[in-house]
Amino acid sequence: MTDSKYFTTTKKGEIFELKAELNSDKKEKKKEAVKKVIASMTVGKDVSALFPDVVNCMQTDNLELKKLVYLYLMNYAKSQPDMAIMAVNTFVKDCEDPNPLIRALAVRTMGCIRVDKITEYLCEPLRKCLKDEDPYVRKTAAVCVAKLHDINAQLVEDQGFLDTLKDLISDSNPMVVANAVAALSEIAESHPNSNLLDLNPQSINKLLTALNECTEWGQIFILDCLANYTPRDDRESQSICERVTPRLSHANSAVVLSAVKVLMKFMEMLPKDLDYYGTLLKKLAPPLVTLLSAEPELQYVALRNINLIVQKRPEILKHEMKVFFVKYNDPIYIKLEKLDIMIRLASQANIAQVLAELKEYATEVDVDFVRKAVRAIGRCAIKVEQSAERCVSTLLDLIQTKVNYVVQEAIVVIKDIFRKYPNKYESVIATLCENLDSLDEPEARAAMIWIVGEYAERIDNADELLESFLEGFHDESTQVQLQLLTAIVKLFLKKPTETQELVQQVLSLATQDSDNPDLRDRGYIYWRLLSTDPVAAKEVVLAEKPLISEETDLIEPTLLDELICHIGTLASVYHKPPNAFVEGSRGVQHKRLPPRTGSNESPESPELAQPAAAQPVDQPPAVIPSQGDLLGDLLNLDLGPPTSGGTPAITSAMQMGAMDLLGGGLDSLVMQGGAGGRQETGFGGPAVMPSSLNAPVGGGLGDLFDLGSGVGMPTGSYVVPKTVWLPAMKAKGLEISGTFARRMGTIQMDVTFTNKAMQIMTDFAIQFNRNSFGLSPAAPLQLATPLSPNQTIEVSLPLSTVGPVMKMDPLNNLQVAVKNNIDVFYFSSLYPINILFVEDGKMERQVFLATWKDIPSDNEAQFQIKDCHLNSDAVSNKLQSNNIFTIAKRNVEGQDMLYQSMKLTNGIWILAELRIQPGSPNFTLSLKCRAPEISQFVLQSYEAVLKN
Amino acid sequence: MIGGLFIYNHKGEVLISRVYRDDIGRNAVDAFRVNVIHARQQVRSPVTNIARTSFFHVKRSNIWLAAVTKQNVNAAMVFEFLYKMCDVMTAYFGKISEENIKNNFVLIYELLDEILDFGYPQNSETGALKTFITQQGIKSQTKEEQSQITSQVTGQIGWRREGIKYRRNELFLDVLESVNLLMSPQGSQVLSAHVSGRVVMKSYLSGMPECKFGMNDKIVIDKQGKGTADETSKSSGKQSIAIDDCTFHQCVRLSKFDSERSISFIPPDGEYELMRYRTTKDIILPFRVIPLVREVGRTKLEVKVVIKSNFKPSLLAQKIEVRIPTPLNTSGVQVICMKGKAKYKASENAIVWKIKRMAGMKESQISAEIELLPTNDKKKWARPPISMNFEVPFAPSGLKVRYLKVFEPKLNYSDHDVIKWVRYIGRSGIYETRC
Repeated sequence: MTDSKYFTTTKKGEIFELKAELNSDKKEKKKEAVKKVIASMTVGKDVSALFPDVVNCMQTDNLELKKLVYLYLMNYAKSQPDMAIMAVNTFVKDCEDPNPLIRALAVRTMGCIRVDKITEYLCEPLRKCLKDEDPYVRKTAAVCVAKLHDINAQLVEDQGFLDTLKDLISDSNPMVVANAVAALSEIAESHPNSNLLDLNPQSINKLLTALNECTEWGQIFILDCLANYTPRDDRESQSICERVTPRLSHANSAVVLSAVKVLMKFMEMLPKDLDYYGTLLKKLAPPLVTLLSAEPELQYVALRNINLIVQKRPEILKHEMKVFFVKYNDPIYIKLEKLDIMIRLASQANIAQVLAELKEYATEVDVDFVRKAVRAIGRCAIKVEQSAERCVSTLLDLIQTKVNYVVQEAIVVIKDIFRKYPNKYESVIATLCENLDSLDEPEARAAMIWIVGEYAERIDNADELLESFLEGFHDESTQVQLQLLTAIVKLFLKKPTETQELVQQVLSLATQDSDNPDLRDRGYIYWRLLSTDPVAAKEVVLAEKPLISEETDLIEPTLLDELICHIGTLASVYHKPPNAFVEGSRGVQHKRLPPRTGSNESPESPELAQPAAAQPVDQPPAVIPSQGDLLGDLLNLDLGPPTSGGTPAITSAMQMGAMDLLGGGLDSLVMQGGAGGRQETGFGGPAVMPSSLNAPVGGGLGDLFDLGSGVGMPTGSYVVPKTVWLPAMKAKGLEISGTFARRMGTIQMDVTFTNKAMQIMTDFAIQFNRNSFGLSPAAPLQLATPLSPNQTIEVSLPLSTVGPVMKMDPLNNLQVAVKNNIDVFYFSSLYPINILFVEDGKMERQVFLATWKDIPSDNEAQFQIKDCHLNSDAVSNKLQSNNIFTIAKRNVEGQDMLYQSMKLTNGIWILAELRIQPGSPNFTLSLKCRAPEISQFVLQSYEAVLKN
Repeated sequence: MIGGLFIYNHKGEVLISRVYRDDIGRNAVDAFRVNVIHARQQVRSPVTNIARTSFFHVKRSNIWLAAVTKQNVNAAMVFEFLYKMCDVMTAYFGKISEENIKNNFVLIYELLDEILDFGYPQNSETGALKTFITQQGIKSQTKEEQSQITSQVTGQIGWRREGIKYRRNELFLDVLESVNLLMSPQGSQVLSAHVSGRVVMKSYLSGMPECKFGMNDKIVIDKQGKGTADETSKSSGKQSIAIDDCTFHQCVRLSKFDSERSISFIPPDGEYELMRYRTTKDIILPFRVIPLVREVGRTKLEVKVVIKSNFKPSLLAQKIEVRIPTPLNTSGVQVICMKGKAKYKASENAIVWKIKRMAGMKESQISAEIELLPTNDKKKWARPPISMNFEVPFAPSGLKVRYLKVFEPKLNYSDHDVIKWVRYIGRSGIYETRC
């Protein structure tokens, strides 16, 4: 007899027949009928109409039948909540059954029935099961708490289940411990601040002991939980690492990866000169390599993680290049990942081998893979100088194959090689030009055009080549159009005599016949440049280009650190933070690597917590000259001395810009940033600030450097009127209203407490949730007297910005808990971002220029500020008193342009350009910042300041 | 955690669907069918994200298993679980096929209820599961039996039950290795080579025996050799091997291995995999393949392949198969080989050369003439590597089992009474030579 026959009933009137069978007296027949019902349910048929009949079969001592009925209940209880109540009695009875398997089954199933009414009945049986003598029941009950919490979190807290669950962490049975840890971790995720897991050295020790004894799955739960702990010092960190390393030999890859996660995280805290640090690094490599002999799906997970590990600590796998060589039969997703890692590991020592491999790959079948292999050859050339020549000749061989996509990919990378090694491989240009006609992808066409433009003086028929592209100008993609425009202008500057017509043609195509604003703007700029001052144009357009970086596709360091904390999980597979793909509150919490103790590498130390100005040092310069350069050019011109400044002045500005781009100016940037940092700690701290000082200190200092803008008396920063944060209705009679202000370099929260209840309130205390800028109370909340009924007290609470940081949504959201003798109340408020603008937010002009240029144009945001009737001086004064500093002012065609900067407490710089048309109440604000999500809030601050 | 688990047939029809979490709706079932099973393209990633729902999928013959979630789960764990699920199903009803799944769907639901609770994997050792999830449903058990089951499922030794008795205490050790090789063209240079091995144990032992396993691991031998350096270097000589890395079944005490490098455990009953290991140094490559491909004009290829066996002449390799790929535009092939049989298989685009047996230190050769149809395809033939399959009766890594000691203090049998069998099998993994 087989069960497959149940899948085949498709007759009409089937439900009716089943009903009859379910009510049959014969046990066998009943069971058959329930099986049929479950089979129909599986294939998606609606059999909810049979609910009462199926539930009737529940009271049976046949366990198989019981399980089937439970399965049915779990599926349909939600659609028939009233009927589901019928089942409650049986559940409660089963929870008392002498057989532990039945007790566990009942409590497990009950938790899966997501009906509010049932949950109430669940509490008592669950409480008993959590203390059951049988470990099997306890481990099931532990998970059931998590289920119940998912349905009704409040109920779980009220019933005290969380405490019982915490007690289970000390249970004698390892599986109970593991499930309790899993349940607590899940619940803690939805209460980021609850400190539910309460990890301390004692509890960690318990977990480490259980780790040796529980099942493979339990080990994963415990390791994942351990990874959330931050050891107190390097010694504790080392001792945990020592106890976790044996897990690296487990047969289960997930155990291994979770152990790697713990080690990678805790290793952060170990001093690098420690012997143990080196030992640990050595121990990590073999298990990672072993993961590559697992099944392909797991290999994929492992490779995605290795990709992260190689970026974070390249030393671990630097000798293991060979294991990443692609096998002919690897699934394509494995091949692509291996290739990625190979490029990252390529170095002078192994480059010959790598190149030989890449050449093999370039002849494979899969188009994506071949493209990536070709690109990889180019990356090798850029990364390892010694190999460049061989790479170029390999690429030329590949171009000879004439396979269309290989040729195009090769041309794209050769362009980058030209950027890296100028004047070295131009001999190949002739070969490239032969393939001009076969290029049909925008990226390849743009690359080729760039090459022709860049080396126009060496290509005899450069004008013909470019002209041929011009015919279909309007059908090209923007990328190609922009590149073509620049290339022809370059050509003109190099060979002005014969190409005048061509350049005019392209300029008119770009400016008059195009509706793409980027293209039009670039066209106009060139046009104006060429017509006013060809010498300057030459300096701008043919300027020396910055070096391109060796590494590409690197994950941004803070994201990388976060992903390292998520090794083994989906986040590490997608290379995205969890909140990018998880809905709701779960996983929004950002994880961070622990700071290294006792060393000056900690990110908090002032040398590294630099303002954005210092960042160009680690930021790779852009590979392709894009709109960013253009904007930079524009600024250079605008910020030069006003009116027709003549060639010399513009040239000097230009040189400055170019120097910065080349990195020559970077040292001075770092110096500048350092000075800023010291200034902040020296003068800006509220403790040493003389209270009589009216103007912000930083502002005053800034004025010394101030040349352009008029010095206006600060009028005091703008404070939003108080709003009600917590209505009395919600807080048992306590009403809280308040606002935020910045006074003399200190952020203050002005709060008004009103007692609208009938009893006296005392014992006030306040706490903040983690927030985007680490705001936290700098002093305890002190209310001098108890708050009697109908009394109102106003308090100013100083805030610091050294608290724990977590990105909030919206960014300026602050969640606050206030406690008094009655209860704890929670509310959230939005603070204006200008309270975070520090007093030394004035950037030096040159730094401003370089920074504006350096921030990618994608980060620029433009806004309109409407109905603001102020002239530019008033605007600058008003903004300056809110720590938005005007660096330069300039009049262009009757419009006032204000260039402004501000700095946040966490060192992020925001640059602004404010355009004011006299007589018009509408201003245009352009903001550039490395953290573009802030722009919106800065705009709000501008509006608030300017309109009040 | 895992939000749901679906099993489909190759047409995308649902055979099993079990939802653990509220955030997974019925439409997820269809989303996977449409976007993955019915997709035209080959699978580009084993994890697919559709509308913020992540699907982890594996395929066994033509059955798809998909685990679904909306959270940031431990991805490695999900795949390990899916493999484990396949193992458990195989242990219960054999091959995973549509027929078998339909025949056992009640059992599968019962298993899924037990080994996955709210998406958290629970004890999934078949040995333990079989004590209380039987295909006939649970027979009435005595109270002692019930508590024994539960303590076993949750206990420290979840993989073995108490009270096992055999009249004859016996154990079998199989050292199974697969040797992988990638050679450069003309068989001149080893690009990469490694052995991945497994020690599989079949134990039929009474009681709760404590076992200790020893092999010629270089680290252990060197450590022991410290005291009597001369003696051991003479006796063990070059025979110890360097193990790059090894992983163990969950019965092995890992902390003890970490500190003393000794492998001690209480084994599960019956067959299981004790350990896996990987070596890359001093590998004995059982065969060398020397290919020679010559293009004669545009329509003809001449291929000559020599294979050389490289082990003791007294040993015999078996099931030897050499696979020589041919271009897609092949019109005809003539083959001459000295030994075995060779055939051109047009459907596989390859010449398959089979030899039943071959002794060590021998050489054999095949030559073939391949006629090609003229094409105007610009793309060159990719020349896939020549691959080889074989089986040899030794361990290519050089691994030797030194001892496996059994102690059972509570029962009256000693290590000497246990009958032990050891066998070595070396197989080809991916054994390729580029040409």
